[in-house]
Amino acid sequence: MQAGKLKQILLITDGCSNQGEDPTLVASLIKEQGITVNVIGVLDHGDEDSESLQEVEEIAESGGGVSQIVYPQRLTQTVQAVTKQAMTQTLQGVVNQELRSILGDTQSIESLPPSQRGEVMEVVEELTETCDIQLLVLVDTSASMQKKIELVKEALIDLSISMNARIGDNKFSIYSFPGKKKATTQILDWSTKLDKLASVFPKLTSGGVTPTGPALKEALHHYGQAGLLRSLKRHAESEQADFGI
Amino acid sequence: MLNQSKPTLAFNLKPGTRLVGKWKRNSYVIQQVLGKGAIGAVYLAKQSDKKLVALKISDKVASISSEINVLQKLAKVRGNSPGPSLYEVDDWLAPDGICYPFYTMEYVQGSELSSFLNNRGSAWLGLLLSQLLEELDQLHQIGFIVGDLKLENVIVTNSPIRLRFIDVGGVTQIGRSVKEYTEFYDRGYWQCGDRKAEPSYDLFALAMLALQCVYPNRFKKTEDAKGLLLAKIKQAKVLSAYELVLSRAVSGRYQTAISMRQDLKKVLILQTKVEQPTATVHKGRSQNRDWLEIFMFGLSSLIFYLLTAFY
Repeated sequence: MQAGKLKQILLITDGCSNQGEDPTLVASLIKEQGITVNVIGVLDHGDEDSESLQEVEEIAESGGGVSQIVYPQRLTQTVQAVTKQAMTQTLQGVVNQELRSILGDTQSIESLPPSQRGEVMEVVEELTETCDIQLLVLVDTSASMQKKIELVKEALIDLSISMNARIGDNKFSIYSFPGKKKATTQILDWSTKLDKLASVFPKLTSGGVTPTGPALKEALHHYGQAGLLRSLKRHAESEQADFGI
Repeated sequence: MLNQSKPTLAFNLKPGTRLVGKWKRNSYVIQQVLGKGAIGAVYLAKQSDKKLVALKISDKVASISSEINVLQKLAKVRGNSPGPSLYEVDDWLAPDGICYPFYTMEYVQGSELSSFLNNRGSAWLGLLLSQLLEELDQLHQIGFIVGDLKLENVIVTNSPIRLRFIDVGGVTQIGRSVKEYTEFYDRGYWQCGDRKAEPSYDLFALAMLALQCVYPNRFKKTEDAKGLLLAKIKQAKVLSAYELVLSRAVSGRYQTAISMRQDLKKVLILQTKVEQPTATVHKGRSQNRDWLEIFMFGLSSLIFYLLTAFY
């Protein structure tokens, strides 16, 4: 079985979006394009209620991905754990689909007896190790992230150590938001390694806006998937029609 | 979904809870928690025949299945197979309606390495590490590494006294990317190599295990990460005998567990010679022997040095 290329967007943010489209909607549309959206919510100390980060779970859920809320100190381990878990989850989904087409609608990995489950998981593991992956990282660099950006950078360099130990090929690109004129700014174009990251991370913008939705939309655009933008536009038009505008 | 905020039942089983396997119908009564990790929780459980087993249960089907695969492969090794032995694999249909996969394995009883060293003396360290190296070698021979080798994943058994690894969560096929690791023990974190599964990855972690015993509060990474590790090895009195071996492991100079074990054994032999009582021996002869030892040590260091230079 061929897994082909996995496509993921990893959003790292510390707050609620407050500008532009609903990020949950954009994430759902991105998922439709076969790209998974994972979200890591970065907590501030003494900010335990995490109400502002509720959005994090919603975005990941609609994006078919994995979410986790962490303190900045745990970022490094979380970034690689979330990425790997999302890969396994996606591939497990692919395998489950195959199983259903062979064994019928009610079959999934979970419903198999443990011995057969082990064999199927070996296939999933093999695929996780050998598949190619394209990962776009979207980093919130609004003012409140200022103190955490150094840790984000470390976590991303560490991620590339983990990913490059795999057999499959990796491609990373990094964008920050909010951008100057557009929603995002390119930090790193598609490349296989992140070791040069240290020198390219930008000075932070100190704006108060967090345009998560528009940033996600642009992220998709960087994958070269114009199809989605059209469907977004259609959605907007139909919404306008609903309200008789 | 990966989420720390919603711990599932699998992580909160109370003593006295009775589990019945969905497929094999065997029952287990939970006695106490032995440990909780990222993948699942391990409990001490009593089988219906009163035998005590370690029971690992999880809500992550994927991760636990892959652990079971590893344990099954380890069981195929002839003789003393590395790691704990696997007994039974099953699912538990819990009262909350969720089906939790679990497996039972050998309950390895013993003490934590650092408390053992505190009680019985740090002179045991070299020997224990040498034993673990033997077990690592067996594992490497069949194409796997431990991966997540750390203080929490090893135990010193009582009779015989032996250091063993008890958690197979990180066991990875050689050539793949290390499945699970802990920063302090990870050579990638210390800029001493990549995260590809190869024997030298475990040997680095083993050296860090020795450091963890000496520096229970660990230490922070600096710019020159490798230099820091070498300095920390040098500074520790307890490790002075093993300085060369540990430094080499940290530098990735050992490609096999056997080669590291051979070097470690040389140190252990040297130790027993030096510690032999000399009181009954004639003074002149004893001095001669001392000189001979210094000469032999000098000679072996020279050979080491030449070999290293050669490689």
